Amino acid sequence: MSEPLIELKNITFGYPRAAFPVFQDLNYQLLPGKHIGLIGPNGCGKTTLLHLIMGLLRPQAGRIVVFGQEVAKEKDFVQVRQKVGLLFQNADDQLFCPTVIEDVAFGPLNQGKRPAEAIRIARDTIARLGLEGFEERVTYKLSGGEKKLVALATVLAMQPQVLLLDEPTAGLDEPTKHRLIHVLRDLELTLMIVSHENEFLEHTVKECCHVHSNSCEAIPMEPRRKWF
Amino acid sequence: MNGIQEPFADGASLLHRLDPRGKVAVAAVFAATVAVAKAVPAVLAGFLLSLVGLVLARLPLKQVIGRLLVANSFILFLWLVLPLTYPGEAEFALGPLSVSREGLILAGLITLKSNTLLIALIALVATIPVVTLGQALHMMRLPNKLCHLLLFTYRYLHVLEQEFYRLVQAMRIRGFQPRTNLHTYRSCAYLAAMLLVHSYDRADRVFQAMLCRGFHGIFYSLRTFSWHRRDGVFVVVAVLALAVVLYLEWGLPGVTVRPG
Repeated sequence: MSEPLIELKNITFGYPRAAFPVFQDLNYQLLPGKHIGLIGPNGCGKTTLLHLIMGLLRPQAGRIVVFGQEVAKEKDFVQVRQKVGLLFQNADDQLFCPTVIEDVAFGPLNQGKRPAEAIRIARDTIARLGLEGFEERVTYKLSGGEKKLVALATVLAMQPQVLLLDEPTAGLDEPTKHRLIHVLRDLELTLMIVSHENEFLEHTVKECCHVHSNSCEAIPMEPRRKWF
Repeated sequence: MNGIQEPFADGASLLHRLDPRGKVAVAAVFAATVAVAKAVPAVLAGFLLSLVGLVLARLPLKQVIGRLLVANSFILFLWLVLPLTYPGEAEFALGPLSVSREGLILAGLITLKSNTLLIALIALVATIPVVTLGQALHMMRLPNKLCHLLLFTYRYLHVLEQEFYRLVQAMRIRGFQPRTNLHTYRSCAYLAAMLLVHSYDRADRVFQAMLCRGFHGIFYSLRTFSWHRRDGVFVVVAVLALAVVLYLEWGLPGVTVRPG
């Protein structure tokens, strides 16, 4: 069996002033090539789990190992973020540049790419998501669905190996959801998707995990219905 | 929801097509000159120049006047206070109060200056979309932080505005009507506080999203502007026009154009 890409070992995490910790002694492994759906009721810690992996939150106890390296400090997580992409729940949080091309090029520029190279990567990514002609559009004037796809482009432009998606379908109409399903299926990445929509998960992941405070147990998925 | 509008930024006039860097530089020097000028002829010349700019920008006059009226409503207070309080020769008396000549001149000068600056900035700076302005300032080597403060403010002003309207709507659909009572004051305070909390949370999430994309404190700009011949001509003409204003203000030795 191959080495896990992301490993959470005995993680305990609680928000300040909360009565109970979100996670108590949680163990979890994400293996390469997996497409995992994370499910569970509101407030069970799905988003928290993603934020712990990205280093946006720090556990009170336990260890996080990403790509075989233990990560604990901000400096370590800077490396994690080069290889792991996170799509935020709200695209407005993610898009902050005036124009689409600048927003998509933001990640590559931070990775040290030259402007010309960053623009090339941004254009390629935009084209891959079928968003040609969006380059000079102003980000805040996009529709909800367009914002979500552009936000995905901003993450994919960094060429991550693992993609974490936090409720990617929230507020999207059916055509945009289908577009997203096609995009995600074509990606050769390890995926972890937080979603409340079974139908969406059926089309995008092969395995679902129910997030509990002390475990993240895999639950069998029903055979996928043929939709496309 | 009407959104924050930039009514003057769209257009195809000569001033709209000029390089934003030239316009910003000219606007800055012009504003500084007019602001320190004390001679009436100099300020008048500046006023005429700003009108020329306004004509060149071909902006909707009604909206321009609307904006000027808003600003001038503040200047009205100066007219109420300055002539009565500024020390100087009494021009005439209003009952027990005497109106000073110097006070009147000063109030008039301030009015003329403010309108000159407003018109010049409307013609030169308001004709640049805010986004382009931010990028132009960045290209002009202004501190990174200031440029990005401008761009971020602009970007998230829209989001906050939407959030504000959402909250207001949520209040309205539950029958809220502003009245002069404690309930209204309390609800409005909650609204303001909630907007503040939302903004803070939003800023937090935006920063997290930036960290996730490898942000390490440096912004890179992709924007390039092209400097045309007409931009050079514009700057030269502007410098010559400014020289006239400067001459009228400080003049040549022995030539006094100062009033009084």
